[in-house]
Amino acid sequence: MSDHQWLDDEAGPVVRPYALIRGRTRSSGDTMDLIAMITATGARPSASAALGPEQERILRLTKRAASVADVASDLDLPLGVVRVLLGDLQDQGLISVRQPAANATPRADERVLKEVINGLRAL
Amino acid sequence: MDFGPSDEPVALKILVAGGFGVGKTTLVGAVSEIRPLRTEEVLSDLGIGVDDTDGVERKTTTTVAMDFGRITIREGLVVYLFGTPGQERFWFMWDELSHGALGAVVLADTRRLTDCFPSIDYFEERGTPFIVAVNCFDNSPVYQPEDVRVALDLDPDVPVLNCDVRRRGSAKSVLITLVEHALKKLMASQY
Repeated sequence: MSDHQWLDDEAGPVVRPYALIRGRTRSSGDTMDLIAMITATGARPSASAALGPEQERILRLTKRAASVADVASDLDLPLGVVRVLLGDLQDQGLISVRQPAANATPRADERVLKEVINGLRAL
Repeated sequence: MDFGPSDEPVALKILVAGGFGVGKTTLVGAVSEIRPLRTEEVLSDLGIGVDDTDGVERKTTTTVAMDFGRITIREGLVVYLFGTPGQERFWFMWDELSHGALGAVVLADTRRLTDCFPSIDYFEERGTPFIVAVNCFDNSPVYQPEDVRVALDLDPDVPVLNCDVRRRGSAKSVLITLVEHALKKLMASQY
């Protein structure tokens, strides 16, 4: 926790993250699954939309597809905050969001599961 | 990772559930690079049943840390492991976690078998494929998996196995058993 030594227990852990998103807790990112895959589209931010450092980081992290959970963990920010940041980026067309495939809901398909079993054996 | 248009990245979710201190963190850490993942909630029920209550009592919001692991099977195929928060007051998190999950490992400790009842009820009700892995602690009595099945009143098709989640090979077997079970259920639902 050395990164957080300026926050004492009284401050609570969520003060700064919510300041980051200007106190909002709702956004178009709300419905993003934990394992929705995020990919930066490579589009350039419009001049009027100044990106914060966290959003710049997200765009760098998602040059290769990463899940919402990966992004939250890498940024060390709570999921709710990351979803708001991602929602803003999506609204600006800077990231694409791929929700887990419909076929993953009746539990992925046979080929994928067999691949996972073999992959786990080879670990 | 570069993915062609026909080979979109696939991500799968496996949950690791069970009572507090049963070895969920150890299991996730044995097979993947474990990282913390934070979520947050408004406390409606101040600090009751929290693992670590230091400083929590005076807050109205708190963060909940979950164990989070990632296993890359190949480029474009990733399995994510989520250790579910141990307390029942975090059910709100469970709903999100279990949505679309491939399946769940319920870790059990024979010294406190009742701790895993809520997890089993939860996955049974939702039809999420799950297995029960009995983590064999050094000083705990070892039971036959069939005895555990009876004690937990499990359906005959639910796999039960003994394991030592500190060992990578054993943790791998647990996950393989779960995915094989999920595959079997998938096939049964198709034909």
